[in-house]
Amino acid sequence: MIWVDTIVQGIMLGGLYALFATGLSLIFGIMRLVNLAHGDFMVLGAFAVLVGVEALGLGIIASAILAGGFMFVVGYVLQHLLLNRTLGEDLLPPLLVTFGLSIIIQNGLLEGFSADTRRLKAGGFEEVSVQLGSVSIGAMPLLTFFSAVVVILLLNWLFYKTETGRAFRATSDDPITAQLMGIDNNRIFSLAMALAMVVVAIAGLFLGARATFDPLIGPSRLIFAFEAVIIGGLGSLWGTLAGGVILGLAQAIGAQINPEWQTLAGHIVFLAVLIVRPRGLFPRMTG
Amino acid sequence: MALLSTNGLTAFYGDFQALYGITSEIGEGETVAIIGANGAGKTTYLSALAGLRTADKSMIEFDGAPIGGEKPARILSLGIAMVPEGRRLFPSLSVEENLLVGNYGRKAKGPWSLEAVYRLFPILRERRRQSSHSLSGGQQQMVAVGRALMSNPRLLLCDEISLGLSPAVVKDIYAAIASIRASGASVIVVEQNINQALDVADRIYCLLEGRVTLEGSPAGLGAGRIRSAYFGG
Repeated sequence: MIWVDTIVQGIMLGGLYALFATGLSLIFGIMRLVNLAHGDFMVLGAFAVLVGVEALGLGIIASAILAGGFMFVVGYVLQHLLLNRTLGEDLLPPLLVTFGLSIIIQNGLLEGFSADTRRLKAGGFEEVSVQLGSVSIGAMPLLTFFSAVVVILLLNWLFYKTETGRAFRATSDDPITAQLMGIDNNRIFSLAMALAMVVVAIAGLFLGARATFDPLIGPSRLIFAFEAVIIGGLGSLWGTLAGGVILGLAQAIGAQINPEWQTLAGHIVFLAVLIVRPRGLFPRMTG
Repeated sequence: MALLSTNGLTAFYGDFQALYGITSEIGEGETVAIIGANGAGKTTYLSALAGLRTADKSMIEFDGAPIGGEKPARILSLGIAMVPEGRRLFPSLSVEENLLVGNYGRKAKGPWSLEAVYRLFPILRERRRQSSHSLSGGQQQMVAVGRALMSNPRLLLCDEISLGLSPAVVKDIYAAIASIRASGASVIVVEQNINQALDVADRIYCLLEGRVTLEGSPAGLGAGRIRSAYFGG
């Protein structure tokens, strides 16, 4: 019975990793930009929610919506003014610039919020659990997983059913020909980053509500996001969810065998996938 | 008055200067062919018109306004659409989505719609859910032409649309060009296939090493002069 419980917890944890990874996957998929500051943006999102709760006295849901709007603007402006200038044939400039952003965000947050560990309080929701047969699932992990699925459903709807989504995919395929269709690449990229940052704010919300956080934890969360994206295969959001679940399962099973093995087990499964399927388990079909 | 004119257009292909002062014009409803050997500057000429190459503002005029060096999205919105060389379909989009992307930047009223493109190329209606790279070369070229038509352009630029296609398919594609002309649009075709170009064009410009060596109507010029201009004899 304990194994059923472990597997369920692992899948729920995978939902969190999928949320971490979705923004990263989205940005890489559309503009081939590897955002090394992704983890720090999630922490920034968590602090944005915290400001709403503690400084403005709002409820956690209102704070999260506000944080989502804030991150949308941050993403758009950042891409428009800075990151669009780094994009090109060479993958190195965006790597260097986002690495620098990572350091700036960490130190900015340290300056503004100190190194204290924080936690987002969800008004007792953290304590609630749902009984399914003999397995008990926390309401918060369940909500996290559910959110990941909803976010991916919405993004897929946007990509495959709307005109803006078609423009995203066309630009991702061939930016020069997309321009000939009247698509302004810079605007599309800025919009994509803004959207990704809304997902990042949602990830930040759950990051802060499920565990403690401080200004410096971004990079360690970035690793989980990377692993989920690469296990799942680049360019497919459902693959990213699957990657997150596989990573969560590996960690939960590892921790069940020996509590010290949680993170290690995740890394080992990641490396194993990289050896067996270098393009991930569900890579996007290419022409 | 000409719909589009170039005034001493110069442009570069990478670091090489490909055009040395091209002066040309195309009237409303007219079809013009640009012919010339490989490396004559034909594709660079079309790319400059579409906004993919830098040019001085006054070097290109469209509908009386200078547009040289404008961004491609702006040029499309004015009514110049391009069928790029090699078709350049979007591989992750279906046939229908490829067509729909064509009117992203310009939603002008006119004869062309998804329905009208399917009437022009009925095979595409059957294939509309398929991925564009599962099509034959000729069908892909139909998608590329249809995609450019979706913006209801006033001027259609066609870059080597017969390249790599069988003669029967080329005939179909050029039959479609005839319907496009009949709908009132002006067309510039760039062709290495001289016979095809002479067949379709009201007037031709022959380019050699980035300069115009001959211009006029195919009938007026005669095959001999065209051949010697083409090869630089």
